[in-house]
Amino acid sequence: MTGETLLSLDRATKRFGGITALDGLSFNVTQGEIVGVIGPNGAGKTTLFNVITGAYTLTSGTISYRGQSIGGLRPHRIAGMGIARTFQNIRLFASMTVWEHLLVAQPRGNGWSHLLPAAMGDKAARRRAEEVLTFFGLEDLRNRDAATLPYGLQRRVEMARALTAGPRLLLLDEPVAGMNADEAEELKSLLVALRDQMGLTILLIEHDMSFVMTLCEYLFVLDFGSKIGEGTPTVVRRDPKVLSAYLGDDE
Amino acid sequence: MSTYFAGLLADIGILTLGALSVYIILSTGQLSLGNAGFMGIGAYSASWLTVEAGVPMTLAVVIAAAVSGVVGVIVGFPALRLKGIYLAMATLGFGEMVRSFFLNFGPTGGAAGYHGMQIISVGYIWAWTGGLVVLVMVLERSRLWLGLRAVHDDETAAELIGLDAVALKVGAFGFGAAMAGISGALFAHHHLYIEPSNFGFQHSIELVLAVILGGSTIAPGSIFGAGLLILLPEYLRFLADWRLAAFGTLLIVILIVRRQGILDRQLYRLIGFGRAS
Repeated sequence: MTGETLLSLDRATKRFGGITALDGLSFNVTQGEIVGVIGPNGAGKTTLFNVITGAYTLTSGTISYRGQSIGGLRPHRIAGMGIARTFQNIRLFASMTVWEHLLVAQPRGNGWSHLLPAAMGDKAARRRAEEVLTFFGLEDLRNRDAATLPYGLQRRVEMARALTAGPRLLLLDEPVAGMNADEAEELKSLLVALRDQMGLTILLIEHDMSFVMTLCEYLFVLDFGSKIGEGTPTVVRRDPKVLSAYLGDDE
Repeated sequence: MSTYFAGLLADIGILTLGALSVYIILSTGQLSLGNAGFMGIGAYSASWLTVEAGVPMTLAVVIAAAVSGVVGVIVGFPALRLKGIYLAMATLGFGEMVRSFFLNFGPTGGAAGYHGMQIISVGYIWAWTGGLVVLVMVLERSRLWLGLRAVHDDETAAELIGLDAVALKVGAFGFGAAMAGISGALFAHHHLYIEPSNFGFQHSIELVLAVILGGSTIAPGSIFGAGLLILLPEYLRFLADWRLAAFGTLLIVILIVRRQGILDRQLYRLIGFGRAS
Protein backbone atom coordinates (compact mmCIF):
# COMPACT_ATOMS: atom_id res chain seq x y z
CA MET A 1 0.00 0.00 0.00
CA THR A 2 2.42 2.68 1.13
CA GLY A 3 5.35 3.66 -1.00
CA GLU A 4 3.35 3.73 -4.21
CA THR A 5 2.72 6.94 -6.05
CA LEU A 6 -0.90 7.97 -5.68
CA LEU A 7 -0.97 11.29 -7.46
CA SER A 8 1.46 12.56 -9.99
CA LEU A 9 1.72 15.80 -11.92
CA ASP A 10 3.91 16.08 -14.96
CA ARG A 11 4.80 19.54 -16.26
CA ALA A 12 1.36 20.78 -15.30
CA THR A 13 0.73 24.26 -16.64
CA LYS A 14 -2.31 26.46 -16.18
CA ARG A 15 -2.63 29.87 -17.79
CA PHE A 16 -5.40 32.39 -17.35
CA GLY A 17 -5.03 34.79 -20.24
CA GLY A 18 -1.58 36.26 -19.75
CA ILE A 19 -1.13 34.97 -16.24
CA THR A 20 0.63 31.68 -15.66
CA ALA A 21 -0.73 30.28 -12.42
CA LEU A 22 1.02 26.93 -12.68
CA ASP A 23 4.22 26.76 -14.62
CA GLY A 24 5.39 23.29 -15.60
CA LEU A 25 4.81 21.84 -12.18
CA SER A 26 5.84 18.21 -11.62
CA PHE A 27 5.59 16.23 -8.42
CA ASN A 28 4.50 12.93 -6.94
CA VAL A 29 2.46 12.27 -3.85
CA THR A 30 3.15 8.97 -2.16
CA GLN A 31 0.30 6.92 -0.80
CA GLY A 32 -0.21 7.13 2.94
CA GLU A 33 1.73 10.33 3.48
CA ILE A 34 0.67 13.66 4.85
CA VAL A 35 2.06 16.16 2.39
CA GLY A 36 2.07 19.93 2.66
CA VAL A 37 2.04 22.52 -0.09
CA ILE A 38 3.44 25.85 1.02
CA GLY A 39 4.33 29.05 -0.70
CA PRO A 40 3.56 32.75 -0.59
CA ASN A 41 0.19 34.17 -1.56
CA GLY A 42 -0.44 33.87 -5.26
CA ALA A 43 2.04 31.01 -5.64
CA GLY A 44 -0.63 28.88 -7.31
CA LYS A 45 -1.55 26.61 -4.42
CA THR A 46 -5.32 26.85 -4.74
CA THR A 47 -5.03 26.68 -8.53
CA LEU A 48 -3.15 23.44 -8.00
CA PHE A 49 -6.08 22.04 -6.02
CA ASN A 50 -8.50 23.26 -8.64
CA VAL A 51 -6.71 21.47 -11.44
CA ILE A 52 -6.37 18.27 -9.44
CA THR A 53 -10.10 18.22 -8.68
CA GLY A 54 -11.10 19.17 -12.21
CA ALA A 55 -12.51 22.61 -11.43
CA TYR A 56 -9.98 23.92 -13.97
CA THR A 57 -8.53 22.09 -16.96
CA LEU A 58 -4.79 22.18 -17.48
CA THR A 59 -3.42 24.27 -20.33
CA SER A 60 -0.74 21.62 -20.82
CA GLY A 61 0.86 18.76 -18.94
CA THR A 62 -0.75 15.78 -17.27
CA ILE A 63 -2.18 14.72 -13.94
CA SER A 64 -2.55 11.09 -13.09
CA TYR A 65 -4.14 9.44 -10.12
CA ARG A 66 -3.42 5.79 -9.38
CA GLY A 67 -1.70 5.53 -12.73
CA GLN A 68 -4.70 6.84 -14.65
CA SER A 69 -4.83 10.21 -16.37
CA ILE A 70 -7.54 12.41 -14.86
CA GLY A 71 -6.88 15.57 -16.87
CA GLY A 72 -10.05 16.83 -18.54
CA LEU A 73 -12.43 14.71 -16.47
CA ARG A 74 -15.39 16.48 -14.93
CA PRO A 75 -15.10 17.23 -11.20
CA HIS A 76 -17.75 14.76 -10.10
CA ARG A 77 -15.92 11.95 -11.89
CA ILE A 78 -12.66 12.80 -10.21
CA ALA A 79 -14.42 12.98 -6.84
CA GLY A 80 -15.97 9.62 -7.60
CA MET A 81 -12.52 8.14 -8.12
CA GLY A 82 -11.62 8.96 -4.54
CA ILE A 83 -10.32 12.52 -4.40
CA ALA A 84 -12.16 14.71 -1.90
CA ARG A 85 -11.48 18.25 -0.85
CA THR A 86 -12.31 21.14 1.41
CA PHE A 87 -12.27 24.80 0.44
CA GLN A 88 -10.25 27.78 1.53
CA ASN A 89 -13.40 29.72 2.26
CA ILE A 90 -15.77 27.15 3.66
CA ARG A 91 -18.43 26.06 1.20
CA LEU A 92 -21.25 24.39 3.05
CA PHE A 93 -24.77 24.03 1.70
CA ALA A 94 -26.87 26.83 3.15
CA SER A 95 -30.11 24.86 3.39
CA MET A 96 -28.73 21.71 4.97
CA THR A 97 -28.29 20.33 8.44
CA VAL A 98 -25.06 18.69 9.54
CA TRP A 99 -26.64 15.27 9.05
CA GLU A 100 -27.72 16.12 5.51
CA HIS A 101 -24.18 17.19 4.67
CA LEU A 102 -23.01 13.73 5.64
CA LEU A 103 -25.51 12.03 3.36
CA VAL A 104 -25.27 14.19 0.27
CA ALA A 105 -21.69 13.52 -0.73
CA GLN A 106 -21.83 9.75 -0.50
CA PRO A 107 -21.72 7.73 -3.68
CA ARG A 108 -25.09 6.63 -4.98
CA GLY A 109 -24.62 3.00 -4.00
CA ASN A 110 -26.45 0.04 -5.41
CA GLY A 111 -29.87 0.04 -7.00
CA TRP A 112 -32.45 2.69 -6.34
CA SER A 113 -32.00 3.10 -2.62
CA HIS A 114 -30.95 6.71 -3.00
CA LEU A 115 -34.48 7.49 -4.24
CA LEU A 116 -36.06 6.29 -1.00
CA PRO A 117 -36.42 8.54 2.00
CA ALA A 118 -32.97 8.55 3.53
CA ALA A 119 -34.45 7.73 6.93
CA MET A 120 -35.86 4.45 5.59
CA GLY A 121 -33.70 3.16 2.77
CA ASP A 122 -29.99 3.63 2.33
CA LYS A 123 -28.91 1.90 5.50
CA ALA A 124 -25.31 1.79 4.33
CA ALA A 125 -25.28 5.54 3.75
CA ARG A 126 -26.71 6.20 7.19
CA ARG A 127 -24.18 3.90 8.83
CA ARG A 128 -21.34 5.66 7.06
CA ALA A 129 -22.71 9.08 8.05
CA GLU A 130 -23.05 7.90 11.64
CA GLU A 131 -19.42 6.70 11.71
CA VAL A 132 -18.10 9.97 10.38
CA LEU A 133 -20.36 11.94 12.72
CA THR A 134 -18.89 10.12 15.69
CA PHE A 135 -15.34 10.37 14.40
CA PHE A 136 -15.66 14.15 14.22
CA GLY A 137 -17.59 14.45 17.48
CA LEU A 138 -20.56 16.11 15.81
CA GLU A 139 -23.30 13.84 17.24
CA ASP A 140 -25.01 16.55 19.23
CA LEU A 141 -25.12 18.91 16.29
CA ARG A 142 -26.64 16.58 13.73
CA ASN A 143 -29.88 18.51 13.31
CA ARG A 144 -28.35 21.96 13.36
CA ASP A 145 -28.18 23.98 10.17
CA ALA A 146 -24.51 23.64 9.32
CA ALA A 147 -24.15 27.23 8.14
CA THR A 148 -25.17 28.59 11.57
CA LEU A 149 -22.36 26.78 13.42
CA PRO A 150 -19.21 28.53 14.64
CA TYR A 151 -16.35 28.69 12.19
CA GLY A 152 -14.25 25.90 13.68
CA LEU A 153 -17.19 23.50 13.63
CA GLN A 154 -18.06 24.46 10.07
CA ARG A 155 -14.56 23.45 9.04
CA ARG A 156 -15.12 20.17 10.77
CA VAL A 157 -18.44 19.58 8.98
CA GLU A 158 -16.77 20.34 5.68
CA MET A 159 -14.05 17.83 6.37
CA ALA A 160 -16.62 15.29 7.51
CA ARG A 161 -18.61 15.81 4.31
CA ALA A 162 -15.47 15.20 2.25
CA LEU A 163 -14.78 12.01 4.17
CA THR A 164 -18.22 10.48 3.72
CA ALA A 165 -17.45 10.10 0.03
CA GLY A 166 -14.88 7.48 1.01
CA PRO A 167 -11.82 9.15 -0.53
CA ARG A 168 -8.25 7.85 -0.71
CA LEU A 169 -6.81 11.28 -1.20
CA LEU A 170 -7.98 14.22 0.86
CA LEU A 171 -7.11 17.75 -0.22
CA LEU A 172 -7.39 20.37 2.50
CA ASP A 173 -7.15 24.04 1.58
CA GLU A 174 -5.93 25.95 4.63
CA PRO A 175 -7.60 23.76 7.22
CA VAL A 176 -6.36 25.69 10.26
CA ALA A 177 -7.17 29.19 9.02
CA GLY A 178 -9.11 30.94 11.76
CA MET A 179 -8.45 28.25 14.36
CA ASN A 180 -6.77 28.86 17.70
CA ALA A 181 -3.77 26.85 18.88
CA ASP A 182 -5.85 24.25 20.72
CA GLU A 183 -8.14 23.66 17.78
CA ALA A 184 -5.16 23.34 15.46
CA GLU A 185 -3.58 20.80 17.77
CA GLU A 186 -6.83 18.84 17.85
CA LEU A 187 -7.04 18.91 14.07
CA LYS A 188 -3.50 17.65 13.82
CA SER A 189 -4.24 14.51 15.81
CA LEU A 190 -7.46 14.07 13.84
CA LEU A 191 -5.55 14.09 10.57
CA VAL A 192 -2.96 11.66 11.84
CA ALA A 193 -5.78 9.37 12.97
CA LEU A 194 -7.38 9.61 9.53
CA ARG A 195 -4.18 8.54 7.90
CA ASP A 196 -3.43 5.78 10.42
CA GLN A 197 -6.93 4.37 10.78
CA MET A 198 -8.40 4.92 7.34
CA GLY A 199 -5.27 4.80 5.26
CA LEU A 200 -5.88 8.23 3.76
CA THR A 201 -3.31 10.23 1.91
CA ILE A 202 -3.55 13.90 2.77
CA LEU A 203 -2.38 16.84 0.71
CA LEU A 204 -2.80 20.17 2.43
CA ILE A 205 -2.21 23.82 1.75
CA GLU A 206 -1.35 25.76 4.86
CA HIS A 207 0.22 29.03 5.89
CA ASP A 208 0.66 28.11 9.54
CA MET A 209 4.32 27.07 9.49
CA SER A 210 4.49 25.39 12.86
CA PHE A 211 1.46 23.33 11.92
CA VAL A 212 2.93 22.25 8.60
CA MET A 213 6.41 21.60 9.95
CA THR A 214 5.21 19.38 12.77
CA LEU A 215 2.49 17.50 10.87
CA CYS A 216 3.68 16.92 7.33
CA GLU A 217 6.17 14.26 6.36
CA TYR A 218 6.94 15.88 3.05
CA LEU A 219 6.62 19.39 1.68
CA PHE A 220 6.42 21.03 -1.69
CA VAL A 221 7.25 24.70 -1.91
CA LEU A 222 5.69 26.72 -4.71
CA ASP A 223 6.43 30.20 -5.91
CA PHE A 224 5.05 31.83 -9.05
CA GLY A 225 3.49 28.55 -10.08
CA SER A 226 6.72 26.55 -10.01
CA LYS A 227 8.18 24.20 -7.49
CA ILE A 228 11.16 25.85 -5.84
CA GLY A 229 11.84 23.18 -3.28
CA GLU A 230 10.72 19.92 -1.79
CA GLY A 231 11.66 17.46 0.90
CA THR A 232 11.09 16.69 4.54
CA PRO A 233 10.39 19.68 6.80
CA THR A 234 13.97 19.63 8.06
CA VAL A 235 15.34 19.78 4.53
CA VAL A 236 12.94 22.47 3.38
CA ARG A 237 13.62 24.58 6.44
CA ARG A 238 17.30 24.74 5.50
CA ASP A 239 16.89 25.20 1.76
CA PRO A 240 18.32 28.65 1.01
CA LYS A 241 16.08 29.08 -2.05
CA VAL A 242 13.01 28.43 0.01
CA LEU A 243 14.19 30.67 2.78
CA SER A 244 14.69 33.64 0.53
CA ALA A 245 11.51 33.18 -1.47
CA TYR A 246 9.17 32.33 1.30
CA LEU A 247 10.34 32.48 4.87
CA GLY A 248 12.35 35.65 4.39
CA ASP A 249 16.12 36.08 4.49
CA ASP A 250 16.22 36.94 8.16
CA GLU A 251 15.22 33.52 9.36
CA MET B 1 -70.71 19.46 -3.50
CA SER B 2 -71.85 22.36 -5.64
CA THR B 3 -70.49 22.61 -9.16
CA TYR B 4 -69.03 25.99 -8.24
CA PHE B 5 -66.97 24.50 -5.46
CA ALA B 6 -66.08 21.41 -7.49
CA GLY B 7 -64.79 23.69 -10.23
CA LEU B 8 -62.58 25.55 -7.76
CA LEU B 9 -61.26 22.28 -6.37
CA ALA B 10 -60.41 21.01 -9.84
CA ASP B 11 -58.60 24.26 -10.62
CA ILE B 12 -56.60 23.95 -7.41
CA GLY B 13 -55.59 20.39 -8.30
CA ILE B 14 -54.48 21.38 -11.79
CA LEU B 15 -52.64 24.49 -10.60
CA THR B 16 -50.92 22.46 -7.86
CA LEU B 17 -49.29 20.23 -10.45
CA GLY B 18 -48.26 23.24 -12.49
CA ALA B 19 -46.75 24.83 -9.39
CA LEU B 20 -45.03 21.59 -8.50
CA SER B 21 -43.42 21.57 -11.94
CA VAL B 22 -41.88 24.97 -11.20
CA TYR B 23 -40.89 23.84 -7.71
CA ILE B 24 -39.00 20.78 -8.99
CA ILE B 25 -36.93 22.83 -11.42
CA LEU B 26 -36.42 25.55 -8.82
CA SER B 27 -35.04 22.93 -6.40
CA THR B 28 -31.85 22.99 -8.45
CA GLY B 29 -31.81 26.80 -8.47
CA GLN B 30 -33.21 27.18 -11.98
CA LEU B 31 -36.14 29.54 -12.43
CA SER B 32 -38.32 28.58 -15.36
CA LEU B 33 -40.85 31.06 -16.69
CA GLY B 34 -41.84 28.74 -19.50
CA ASN B 35 -43.70 25.98 -17.72
CA ALA B 36 -47.03 26.92 -19.25
CA GLY B 37 -45.36 25.90 -22.50
CA PHE B 38 -44.78 22.40 -21.14
CA MET B 39 -48.40 22.44 -19.94
CA GLY B 40 -49.50 23.32 -23.45
CA ILE B 41 -47.51 20.46 -24.93
CA GLY B 42 -49.14 18.09 -22.45
CA ALA B 43 -52.61 19.52 -23.01
CA TYR B 44 -52.47 19.32 -26.80
CA SER B 45 -50.84 15.90 -26.97
CA ALA B 46 -53.23 14.34 -24.45
CA SER B 47 -56.27 15.90 -26.16
CA TRP B 48 -55.17 14.77 -29.58
CA LEU B 49 -54.59 11.28 -28.22
CA THR B 50 -58.01 10.92 -26.61
CA VAL B 51 -60.01 12.66 -29.34
CA GLU B 52 -58.21 11.64 -32.49
CA ALA B 53 -56.54 8.35 -31.57
CA GLY B 54 -59.07 7.08 -29.04
CA VAL B 55 -56.40 6.46 -26.42
CA PRO B 56 -57.81 5.94 -22.88
CA MET B 57 -57.47 8.97 -20.63
CA THR B 58 -54.90 7.66 -18.17
CA LEU B 59 -52.62 6.35 -20.90
CA ALA B 60 -52.96 9.66 -22.72
CA VAL B 61 -51.87 11.50 -19.56
CA VAL B 62 -48.83 9.25 -19.22
CA ILE B 63 -47.83 9.74 -22.86
CA ALA B 64 -48.37 13.50 -22.56
CA ALA B 65 -46.09 13.51 -19.52
CA ALA B 66 -43.44 11.60 -21.45
CA VAL B 67 -43.63 13.97 -24.42
CA SER B 68 -43.36 17.06 -22.21
CA GLY B 69 -40.60 15.41 -20.21
CA VAL B 70 -38.52 14.77 -23.31
CA VAL B 71 -38.98 18.36 -24.45
CA GLY B 72 -38.01 19.41 -20.92
CA VAL B 73 -34.74 17.49 -21.13
CA ILE B 74 -34.03 19.06 -24.53
CA VAL B 75 -34.65 22.53 -23.07
CA GLY B 76 -32.62 21.57 -19.99
CA PHE B 77 -29.34 21.32 -21.86
CA PRO B 78 -29.10 24.86 -23.26
CA ALA B 79 -30.51 26.04 -19.90
CA LEU B 80 -27.29 24.83 -18.27
CA ARG B 81 -25.44 27.74 -19.80
CA LEU B 82 -27.76 30.33 -18.31
CA LYS B 83 -28.43 31.50 -14.78
CA GLY B 84 -30.84 33.77 -12.94
CA ILE B 85 -32.73 36.30 -15.00
CA TYR B 86 -31.06 35.14 -18.22
CA LEU B 87 -32.48 31.67 -17.72
CA ALA B 88 -35.84 33.19 -16.78
CA MET B 89 -35.90 35.17 -20.03
CA ALA B 90 -34.83 32.20 -22.14
CA THR B 91 -37.51 29.94 -20.68
CA LEU B 92 -40.06 32.69 -21.14
CA GLY B 93 -39.03 32.74 -24.79
CA PHE B 94 -39.47 28.98 -24.94
CA GLY B 95 -43.01 29.27 -23.55
CA GLU B 96 -43.96 31.87 -26.13
CA MET B 97 -42.44 29.69 -28.83
CA VAL B 98 -44.72 26.82 -27.83
CA ARG B 99 -47.72 29.13 -27.73
CA SER B 100 -47.11 30.48 -31.21
CA PHE B 101 -46.41 26.98 -32.48
CA PHE B 102 -49.91 25.88 -31.50
CA LEU B 103 -51.32 29.14 -32.83
CA ASN B 104 -50.09 28.17 -36.27
CA PHE B 105 -50.39 24.42 -36.08
CA GLY B 106 -53.43 23.37 -38.13
CA PRO B 107 -54.01 19.80 -36.93
CA THR B 108 -54.85 20.99 -33.41
CA GLY B 109 -57.04 23.88 -34.50
CA GLY B 110 -54.56 26.74 -34.49
CA ALA B 111 -56.03 29.98 -33.17
CA ALA B 112 -59.52 28.48 -33.19
CA GLY B 113 -58.56 26.15 -30.37
CA TYR B 114 -59.24 22.48 -29.91
CA HIS B 115 -62.16 20.61 -28.38
CA GLY B 116 -63.96 17.27 -28.36
CA MET B 117 -62.42 15.95 -25.14
CA GLN B 118 -64.44 13.94 -22.64
CA ILE B 119 -64.81 15.50 -19.21
CA ILE B 120 -62.97 14.04 -16.24
CA SER B 121 -64.15 14.18 -12.63
CA VAL B 122 -62.67 16.24 -9.83
CA GLY B 123 -61.84 12.96 -8.12
CA TYR B 124 -59.80 11.86 -11.13
CA ILE B 125 -57.87 15.11 -11.13
CA TRP B 126 -57.12 14.83 -7.44
CA ALA B 127 -56.06 11.22 -7.76
CA TRP B 128 -53.25 12.48 -9.98
CA THR B 129 -52.55 15.54 -7.87
CA GLY B 130 -52.58 13.66 -4.59
CA GLY B 131 -50.46 10.84 -5.93
CA LEU B 132 -47.87 13.14 -7.45
CA VAL B 133 -47.65 15.40 -4.41
CA VAL B 134 -47.00 12.33 -2.26
CA LEU B 135 -44.45 11.08 -4.77
CA VAL B 136 -42.55 14.36 -4.66
CA MET B 137 -42.80 14.49 -0.86
CA VAL B 138 -41.26 11.03 -0.66
CA LEU B 139 -38.53 11.88 -3.16
CA GLU B 140 -37.87 15.06 -1.23
CA ARG B 141 -36.54 13.04 1.66
CA SER B 142 -34.19 10.99 -0.47
CA ARG B 143 -30.49 11.44 -0.97
CA LEU B 144 -31.18 12.17 -4.63
CA TRP B 145 -33.12 15.27 -3.60
CA LEU B 146 -30.34 16.33 -1.25
CA GLY B 147 -28.26 16.39 -4.41
CA LEU B 148 -30.72 18.78 -6.07
CA ARG B 149 -30.58 21.03 -3.02
CA ALA B 150 -26.80 20.90 -3.03
CA VAL B 151 -26.78 22.11 -6.63
CA HIS B 152 -29.23 24.84 -5.63
CA ASP B 153 -27.07 25.98 -2.71
CA ASP B 154 -23.63 25.82 -4.34
CA GLU B 155 -23.26 24.21 -7.72
CA THR B 156 -19.47 24.31 -7.83
CA ALA B 157 -19.11 22.74 -4.41
CA ALA B 158 -21.71 20.13 -5.34
CA GLU B 159 -19.71 19.08 -8.39
CA LEU B 160 -16.47 19.01 -6.44
CA ILE B 161 -17.88 16.70 -3.80
CA GLY B 162 -18.95 14.26 -6.50
CA LEU B 163 -22.43 15.24 -7.63
CA ASP B 164 -23.21 15.30 -11.33
CA ALA B 165 -24.76 18.76 -11.49
CA VAL B 166 -25.52 18.46 -15.20
CA ALA B 167 -27.53 15.28 -14.77
CA LEU B 168 -29.34 16.69 -11.75
CA LYS B 169 -30.27 19.96 -13.44
CA VAL B 170 -31.32 18.42 -16.73
CA GLY B 171 -33.15 15.65 -14.89
CA ALA B 172 -35.03 18.20 -12.80
CA PHE B 173 -36.02 20.03 -15.97
CA GLY B 174 -37.33 16.82 -17.49
CA PHE B 175 -39.21 15.79 -14.37
CA GLY B 176 -40.69 19.26 -13.90
CA ALA B 177 -41.74 19.43 -17.55
CA ALA B 178 -43.43 16.02 -17.28
CA MET B 179 -45.32 17.27 -14.24
CA ALA B 180 -46.44 20.36 -16.17
CA GLY B 181 -47.48 18.09 -19.03
CA ILE B 182 -49.76 16.15 -16.69
CA SER B 183 -51.19 19.39 -15.39
CA GLY B 184 -51.92 20.44 -18.98
CA ALA B 185 -53.51 17.11 -19.87
CA LEU B 186 -55.86 17.41 -16.90
CA PHE B 187 -56.55 21.06 -17.69
CA ALA B 188 -57.63 20.17 -21.21
CA HIS B 189 -59.98 17.43 -20.07
CA HIS B 190 -61.47 19.58 -17.36
CA HIS B 191 -62.11 22.71 -19.43
CA LEU B 192 -62.91 20.69 -22.61
CA TYR B 193 -61.70 23.50 -24.80
CA ILE B 194 -58.12 24.67 -25.14
CA GLU B 195 -56.53 27.45 -27.11
CA PRO B 196 -52.93 28.61 -27.32
CA SER B 197 -53.57 31.64 -25.09
CA ASN B 198 -54.32 29.30 -22.16
CA PHE B 199 -50.62 28.52 -22.11
CA GLY B 200 -49.11 31.95 -22.46
CA PHE B 201 -46.59 33.55 -20.20
CA GLN B 202 -49.22 34.93 -17.82
CA HIS B 203 -49.99 31.38 -16.87
CA SER B 204 -46.30 30.63 -16.39
CA ILE B 205 -46.14 33.57 -14.01
CA GLU B 206 -49.12 32.22 -12.11
CA LEU B 207 -47.33 28.89 -11.62
CA VAL B 208 -44.25 30.63 -10.27
CA LEU B 209 -46.42 32.83 -8.07
CA ALA B 210 -48.13 29.80 -6.53
CA VAL B 211 -44.75 28.33 -5.60
CA ILE B 212 -43.30 31.53 -4.22
CA LEU B 213 -46.43 32.26 -2.24
CA GLY B 214 -47.01 28.79 -0.86
CA GLY B 215 -43.40 28.01 -0.14
CA SER B 216 -40.57 27.37 -2.54
CA THR B 217 -38.54 25.04 -0.36
CA ILE B 218 -40.99 22.17 0.17
CA ALA B 219 -43.50 20.41 -2.05
CA PRO B 220 -46.62 21.04 0.08
CA GLY B 221 -45.99 24.73 -0.55
CA SER B 222 -47.28 24.14 -4.07
CA ILE B 223 -50.69 22.90 -2.90
CA PHE B 224 -50.92 25.70 -0.42
CA GLY B 225 -49.95 28.34 -2.97
CA ALA B 226 -52.32 26.94 -5.58
CA GLY B 227 -55.14 27.00 -3.02
CA LEU B 228 -54.42 30.59 -2.07
CA LEU B 229 -54.16 31.72 -5.67
CA ILE B 230 -57.52 30.18 -6.58
CA LEU B 231 -59.45 30.86 -3.38
CA LEU B 232 -58.23 34.31 -2.33
CA PRO B 233 -59.78 36.15 -5.28
CA GLU B 234 -63.01 34.27 -4.55
CA TYR B 235 -63.07 35.23 -0.89
CA LEU B 236 -62.29 38.80 -1.79
CA ARG B 237 -65.40 39.03 -3.96
CA PHE B 238 -67.11 41.28 -1.41
CA LEU B 239 -64.63 43.95 -2.45
CA ALA B 240 -66.23 43.92 -5.90
CA ASP B 241 -64.10 45.81 -8.41
CA TRP B 242 -61.32 46.27 -5.92
CA ARG B 243 -60.69 42.61 -5.34
CA LEU B 244 -57.81 42.15 -7.74
CA ALA B 245 -56.09 45.23 -6.37
CA ALA B 246 -56.59 43.87 -2.85
CA PHE B 247 -55.26 40.51 -3.98
CA GLY B 248 -52.14 42.15 -5.38
CA THR B 249 -51.58 44.07 -2.16
CA LEU B 250 -51.95 40.91 -0.13
CA LEU B 251 -49.39 39.17 -2.32
CA ILE B 252 -46.85 41.91 -1.83
CA VAL B 253 -47.40 41.89 1.93
CA ILE B 254 -46.96 38.13 2.15
CA LEU B 255 -43.79 38.23 0.09
CA ILE B 256 -42.32 40.98 2.24
CA VAL B 257 -43.14 39.21 5.47
CA ARG B 258 -42.13 35.74 4.33
CA ARG B 259 -39.78 35.70 1.38
CA GLN B 260 -39.46 31.91 1.42
CA GLY B 261 -43.23 31.55 1.11
CA ILE B 262 -45.79 30.68 3.73
CA LEU B 263 -44.70 27.09 4.27
CA ASP B 264 -41.03 26.32 4.76
CA ARG B 265 -38.87 23.61 6.30
CA GLN B 266 -38.74 25.24 9.73
CA LEU B 267 -42.50 25.58 9.96
CA TYR B 268 -42.83 22.10 8.61
CA ARG B 269 -40.54 20.72 11.30
CA LEU B 270 -42.39 22.73 13.91
CA ILE B 271 -45.73 21.14 13.13
CA GLY B 272 -44.00 17.80 13.36
CA PHE B 273 -44.09 16.64 9.75
CA GLY B 274 -40.52 16.89 8.64
CA ARG B 275 -38.21 14.86 10.77
CA ALA B 276 -34.65 15.30 9.65
CA SER B 277 -33.99 13.08 6.68
